[in-house]
Order: sequence, then structure tokens, then C-alpha cells
Amino acid sequence: MKHTIAVLVENEFGVLSRVVGLFSGRGFNIDSLTVAPTNDEALSRITLVTRGDEQIIEQITKQLNKLIDVIKVIDFEAENAIEREMVLVKVAAEDQSRAEVLRIADIFRAKVIDVTPKSYTLEATGTPAKVGAMIELLRPLGLKELVSTGPVVIGRGAKGWKG
Amino acid sequence: MKMNGARILLECLKREGVDTIFGYPGGTVINLYDELFSFKEIRHILPRHEQAGVHAADGYARATGKVGVAIATSGPGATNTITGIATAYMDSIPMVIITGQVPTALIGNDAFQEADIIGITRPCTKHNFLVKDVKDLATIMKKAFYIARTGRPGPVVVDLPKDVQVAQTEFKYPETVEIRGYKPTVEGHPKQIEKAVAMIMQAKKPVLYVGGGVILGNASAELVALAKRLAIPVTTTLMGLGSFPENDPLSLGLLGMHGTYYANMAVSNCDMLIAIGARFDDRVTGKIASFAPHAKIVHVDVDPTSIKKNVRVDLPIVGDVRDVLTKMLKIADEIGPDAEGCRQAVATWSAEIDEWKEKHPMSYKQTTSTIKPQYVIQRLRALSDPDAIVATDVGQHQMWTAQFFGFTAPRTLLSSGGLGTMGFGLPAAMGAQAGFPERQVMVICGDGGFQMNMQELATIVQNRLNVKIVILNNNFLGMVRQWQELFFDKRYSSTCMELPIDFIKLAEAFGATGLQATKVDEVDDVIKKGFSIKGPVLMEFKVAREEKVLPMVPAGASLTEMVLAS
Repeated sequence: MKHTIAVLVENEFGVLSRVVGLFSGRGFNIDSLTVAPTNDEALSRITLVTRGDEQIIEQITKQLNKLIDVIKVIDFEAENAIEREMVLVKVAAEDQSRAEVLRIADIFRAKVIDVTPKSYTLEATGTPAKVGAMIELLRPLGLKELVSTGPVVIGRGAKGWKG
Repeated sequence: MKMNGARILLECLKREGVDTIFGYPGGTVINLYDELFSFKEIRHILPRHEQAGVHAADGYARATGKVGVAIATSGPGATNTITGIATAYMDSIPMVIITGQVPTALIGNDAFQEADIIGITRPCTKHNFLVKDVKDLATIMKKAFYIARTGRPGPVVVDLPKDVQVAQTEFKYPETVEIRGYKPTVEGHPKQIEKAVAMIMQAKKPVLYVGGGVILGNASAELVALAKRLAIPVTTTLMGLGSFPENDPLSLGLLGMHGTYYANMAVSNCDMLIAIGARFDDRVTGKIASFAPHAKIVHVDVDPTSIKKNVRVDLPIVGDVRDVLTKMLKIADEIGPDAEGCRQAVATWSAEIDEWKEKHPMSYKQTTSTIKPQYVIQRLRALSDPDAIVATDVGQHQMWTAQFFGFTAPRTLLSSGGLGTMGFGLPAAMGAQAGFPERQVMVICGDGGFQMNMQELATIVQNRLNVKIVILNNNFLGMVRQWQELFFDKRYSSTCMELPIDFIKLAEAFGATGLQATKVDEVDDVIKKGFSIKGPVLMEFKVAREEKVLPMVPAGASLTEMVLAS
């Protein structure tokens, strides 16, 4: 099962390697990882996507909580959270496929951020499912390069961090 | 008052109540050692290798319950501490290890004797700190000691660059410490504790399974009281030995791979397993699927990650074991008459256990001439002080000590359980002796492990640490040999220590006394003489070479599939 976990940590050197080291040292997977400071500059927020059965996810959250620099861990449930990621994708676009790329971009409300005679580069944001669907439609046209932020997640309404 | 970083460090140690440290000087700690030269409040002991220095601080911590402190220089000095740190980490021993580091401006430049010790020790410390500014030093030291000794204890590394030791600042030691991300749960949840006691009261076949957490948490008295109140038999892990007196009728001794027949049978047949400060290690459980198959499991531990890590748990309680045991005892007392009922209910269970005890007691075959290692262990117990401290190395002798010594008090067995570090015993005993100069301290080791840190004979003699060194010499790396005999068709690949060493001469070369026994009837004389000589003594016992540690549960088998002593 895929889980999106948010980890609030002290914004200090070495903290990220503690988190990442925990995953590699115990054989847990990281599918994606984002990290940046929060509204409180002393804190950083890591959003990571991992997978495992209930027992593994429980160990992951407990082990994360055990790290001294980790202040809070939330394993978000889909219904209580909003998840978004951004992708930049460079697609081959020549002749008749140029119009098709633009059509797909339009459907998914993606922006064209670079154009050359042979390619378009698109910027798209949305849920991982939506972004994934767009990528799958673009793939047959010739994906040249794909870069993703990985998901970030925030709780709905009162869900999430307190204070 | 303004002071340099080196002096501030020593002042911090003093304020944390540190009286003894183990350390090895070098280029990046030379400023610290210069301050130490005139700092008389702390006793500094110079080991002959940094690894041994850390093991000594570890032995000191295990025996005294205080935080052990070790110092090493940067680069090779720091990397030599790793095995010691990892050993302490696996057994949750409170320690602060101070390493020198190259000046901050050179960090990352591949400077002379530079190693990224913060990176290297990250997975084997509870936490670590690089001090970049002398103004942070006092706060970091306060945090380091606080983290090391609270919650589930563990080693903390403080990496101190040379320029930070020289830089000056105003010294003020913080009174309190606040770490947002570190709030260990001390008090067990009252409802959970109530539920646990109710479950235990209903059990017909309860067993207490006790680990090192009870010793680390100083909860032996509470454990003994609860076990006796409810008449629950107690089995301990290697790390838990001493938490419950083995001469008590309720004691089942050690469980697991080399546990007693009756402990393993009791765990395999119980209907209620109460795990206290233990972590269901693979050496304890054997095959997980058939571990305590009929039991409801209550698990008390200060570390939430230990709970449900390996084994399903019916009722978890996160908290300090002493706090939880005290509350359990109080509830049991309040219930009063029902507690009597509970004792009655387990009477048939005790009878069942007694049958197992009778059927397969711990035993070995005594001979008339060749010395059996188990016999030496029994004679050491009989002829040593009741409060003697025993350090062991790792291997067969360690298991024989665990099986046959009969520990009755906490903090009297110092052994590397989790990491299984050969070479641990001698320096650990040295550290314990430094903590208790008047108590009898011995190390029981094999000829293999002894040779891994035998240079510490020099430290022992130089510092008048009167450690009694017992070598059970079989000229083999015995535990591996035993596995080769049982599972590899007696192909003794690299386990025969072919060179016969004259350990007597070796002891004498360092200025210690060497004694030797080669026959059964010499054993008592050597032990008596060894204990009566003031000063360090090495006692070598030439033991039966191919004796096996039994019972044995083969790796991955169920606890009931024991190979028993014939």
C-alpha cells in the first residue's frame, strides 16, 4: 500500500540524512521525497511517499518519531488530505503531433513553458493520479525528459498540524 | 567566566557528575588534554586502543548505571570507537563519546586525520552532534547527557573541532533542557495497565519474559515483587540476567537459542506472556511463527519501536518499566483476594513447569580429569563474592556463564548481547572495576576474544584495576566450531587457534600474575589463589576442546526443537 507521510523536522544540517538513512538502513522504500522550510523558519517539512503493509508503515512512523530531530509525523489518509505534485515534461512535437500535445495540455490545464521546432515543455500540477494520466497520454508521442517534485500533502480543514 | 571550549567541556562533565573517563589523546584533542592535565576532579584512564576505551566506558556504565564517557581523537581514533559505540547502541547503554575533529575551516577538505564521524556514527548512535560554535557547546553537552540517559538509553557522539576547543566564550551550564522532538513517554497509560493486570489475572499459564530494560530501568525490585505477588514464573534474556534472582523457585533462567529446556517449554505452552523491557530478538524467539503460539502477549517497553516490531502484541504499554511495574503491583494489591485466586489458578501450571525442570535440568557430563568449562563457571560462582561483577566476552563461554553462573542481582553481568562483540569482556571489566574499585570484578572469556583486546592488560596493571581474568582455553573459536560440527560436517574452517600461547608468560610480561589449571582437581586451587592475590590475575583453564553449548535451538527453528544435553 502506498502512503504519503509528512514529517516535520528541525531545519538543521544532517536531518535529511538521518531520515533517509533510516529508510536505507532498515530496508524501507522511498518512492519520492520533497523537503523545504515551513512558515516557521526553524522547521522543515518532508513529504515522502513509501509503500508497505500495515506493520511496515507502523514501524516507519515509529522509527521516524524516534529520531531526535523529528517533531511530528503524520501518515495522511487520502480522505483527510489534499495531495499535489508538479511535473515538467519535455515532449517530442513535430508535424501533426504538435497539435495533439497542445490538446492534451489543454485538457489537463498544463502550461507550455518552452517551445522549440521539435518539442514542447509542459508544466502540470495536480493529484498524482491526474498528472500520471497526462504522462501516459503523452508517452506515445515521445517523452524526452520528465521531472517531478513528488507529491506534497496538506490536511483538510482542521486536520494536520496543530500550532 | 570566560573559558576556552576544552575547559567548558570538562566543566560540563563535572556538572553531569562524571568522575571517570576513558580516553586516548591525539592531534585534534591535544587542547582538551592540556586542560585535563590540571583538571583534577576527573579521573582519566588511558586504554591502549580507542575501541577498548569505549568498551571500558560501556562496562562502567553497565555496572554503575551512570553515563559512561570516552574520548578519542579525530580520524582513526574516532573510527576505532565505532565497534564500541555500536555495541552500546544495540544494548541501549547510556554513553557520551567525545571525538576530536579537524578545525571547522578544514572539515570536508580531506584534512589529515579527518573522518566524517557524524556521518559514520549516525546509524549506530541514539543521536550525534557536531559543535560548530563554542557558544553552543554547553547546551549540546546538556542535551547529549539528557538524551543518553533518558527514555531508551543509548550512546551519543559529540564531535568537537579543534578550533572550538580553543575558542573562548562565557560559560554557563543550562539548568534544564528542552528538545522539541524528544519527549520520551515515562508513565504508562493507566487504562492499558489496568487491562493488562486484568488479563494476567485471568491467565492460567502466565510467564514473565524479562529483558535488559528492567536492569536499565532499575526495576528489579518491582519485578521480583510482582512475580512473587502473582506467583508468575520468570524467564530472562541474556541482557535480563540478574534482574530476577536465579535461585528463586520462580526462576526459569535463560530462554531462547541456548535457554533452558523448561524456559523454552514454558514460553511455548503459556497462555499469557508478559514481556517487560525485552525486544523479541531472533536469538530469543527462534521461528517467529511458532513463538508462544498459545499466548496472549502484553508488552511493556519504553521504546514504541520495539513493540510489534517482530511479534504480534495483544496489549502494548509504552512507558518506563519501573513506573508500569509499580502501577501493576498496586492494582494487584488492591485486588487482593482475587490475586490469591490467581496464585491458586497457576498452581497446576507450576507443577507442569516443575516436571519439565525435573525431566531436563541444566546439566553437563562431568569427567574426572579433563576440565569441563561449565564446571569452572560453577566453581567461580561458589568461590567468588556474592556481589562479584562478571563481564563476559562473546561465544561459548558467554553462554555457559549465562547458563551456569546463577546471577542473583542486577548489574552483575556485563555482556555484549545485541551486537555480540568479541573483545568486549576485558575492557568492560576494566571499566566496571574503575567504577567499583573495592568490588570483585572478573571477566570470563575464551582464548579467541581475549586476544582481540589483550593489550588492555597494560591499562589494567598501570591503573591498578584488579580485574580477575578467566580464560576458558579450548584453542578453538568454540561457538563457530560448534556450528561447524553441527551444521557443516565438522569442517573446521579457520576456527582452530593453532598457535598455543603461553598466557602465563603473557600476563607476567605486563606485570600481572598468571595461573593455570589443566586438570579438574586444580580448578579450585587456581580460583582461590587468583581471588586471594591482590592485583590483576590471569587464570587460564585448559578445558575440554570440543564441548558444546546445550541446549541449542538451531537458527530458525522453533523453541521446542531443542538439541538437549545427553
